[in-house]
Amino acid sequence: MAIRVSELNTPAVEIDGISKRFGQPGRVRRLMPWRTVKPPKLALDQVCLHVDTGRITGILGANGSGKSTLIRILATLLTPDAGTASVFGYDVVTQAAEVRRHINRVSVEASFFKEMSPWENMLYAARLYGGGGEGTRARVEAMLERLGLPLDTLDKPMKQLSRGQQQKVAIARSFLTSPSLLLMDEPTTGLDPRSKREVQDLVRSIRRDRAATVLLCTHDLQEAEVLCDRVVVIDHGRVLAEGTPAELIRIHAGPDGRSLEDAFMRLTGKRLEEDEEEKEE
Amino acid sequence: MIGNTLRWELNAFTGFIERQKNLYRRYWAWEAVWLLYNLVSVLSIGYLASGLSTIGLESGQASLQQAQLYLLVGALLWTYLSMVFFEIAFAITWERWEGTIEYTFMAPIRRVTHLLGMCAASLIYGIARAALIGLALVFLFKLDLSHANYWAALAIFAAATLPLLGLGIFTSILPLLSPEKGEQMAFAVQGVLLLISGVYYPITVLPGPLHLAGILSPLTYTLDGVRQSLLHGLSLTGALPDVAILLVMGVILVPASVWCFGRAEVRAKRLGLLKRSG
Repeated sequence: MAIRVSELNTPAVEIDGISKRFGQPGRVRRLMPWRTVKPPKLALDQVCLHVDTGRITGILGANGSGKSTLIRILATLLTPDAGTASVFGYDVVTQAAEVRRHINRVSVEASFFKEMSPWENMLYAARLYGGGGEGTRARVEAMLERLGLPLDTLDKPMKQLSRGQQQKVAIARSFLTSPSLLLMDEPTTGLDPRSKREVQDLVRSIRRDRAATVLLCTHDLQEAEVLCDRVVVIDHGRVLAEGTPAELIRIHAGPDGRSLEDAFMRLTGKRLEEDEEEKEE
Repeated sequence: MIGNTLRWELNAFTGFIERQKNLYRRYWAWEAVWLLYNLVSVLSIGYLASGLSTIGLESGQASLQQAQLYLLVGALLWTYLSMVFFEIAFAITWERWEGTIEYTFMAPIRRVTHLLGMCAASLIYGIARAALIGLALVFLFKLDLSHANYWAALAIFAAATLPLLGLGIFTSILPLLSPEKGEQMAFAVQGVLLLISGVYYPITVLPGPLHLAGILSPLTYTLDGVRQSLLHGLSLTGALPDVAILLVMGVILVPASVWCFGRAEVRAKRLGLLKRSG
């Protein structure tokens, strides 16, 4: 859905003191004292964030840092324990229906009905976003062609497509609904370099052509550096720093540092790859 | 504005039916297996009734045919009712299996549209499959439907739709409450409905508490009413009490189940259960 003129002057995302903790041992133990419960985990700790409309903002953080929790709150799939979050001025909890009209999401795992074809999956998505009428097939074909996906895959079951091809369909599906805010959770993970570049070009073009805002969670520091207008570094549920990639490098990379990776290492005290095994809550 | 909203929701409603149609088509081999399973189950009941005389439980030919018709109507109706119930109750579980649950729940549509879309698809599917099995029964058994009042049966069958959908939506909440155990709990609910609703016997044979539960089950009135119409030619006027009870149950159950689903969704969002792995 296209954003209204009045919304152009509103921040795409405004997050104020959001906290989220998973696991409620007290309640579970009271009801079922025999059950062993996992200790609670603080996924987000008073996070504040401001994302301008029409920008690509990268969220950098290791696994378990709270990136996906943040994305899921903005996608109205999770409610925060404290604080507020809004998308184009609409509160994600009390005005979830309005928020949903403006957003779409690409997650790290392409989520589809695997026996259905890309076309059937995309038609279903289009229907949920007020589309699916005449011209949808042509739009889908144009989108997939632009992403470098052979058109003969359009009617094959999703399960017959490679991981990269599935991810491209996921991206095309999100673009099909013309979101004003696109939430991308590691969208290029698992793609070959060529596909990765095609996706990155498409992300740039959606920002350029539609004035859409992109919130991009990524592990790929190089991708963040070349694609993002601003970058937010997050660790253990807290925002450590934010700014343009150049600013982050200048301020945080240290005297010998020259890259975003250097800045990230100095901010978090670790490499992104170090805790790959940690799972996002 | 209202027109636009309605068009938007109707479009999404169509999308759910279209999606289910595509899924049934793509899973055609599984569908064939389930159809065969249902057919075999109903036929077994039919032949069980045919064999009653040979094991000395029934002697009169007329009574035997009545017993066979009684059991076959019960089996066929249960096949339909349980199929629709299963399809609605597993709407959430299915999306979790496929990994699409987050995408459906973040779509800009009303939850009632989502649920009614799934219900409509389930009804069409249930009627189509039950009709195929019904046709097979007509060919394989000499059913005496000379006394049947089809209009009364149809009226009860139609009225039963609402409470059936309500029960299905209620059960679909279970996987939302407990991603790990909700699916098994849905099977348990289905089993209890089979026990208390008089599918193969009148509920009067049940002990006190189960009998009471049977009186509260809308499926009891559906099965009893359709049987009375097909076996004893219950008139349309005579069917009205059952139709009224079913409609009242439906008017209560459908909004109540949608409301409860909404509360369960709020809880799932608070606890972070709206994701593929739960």
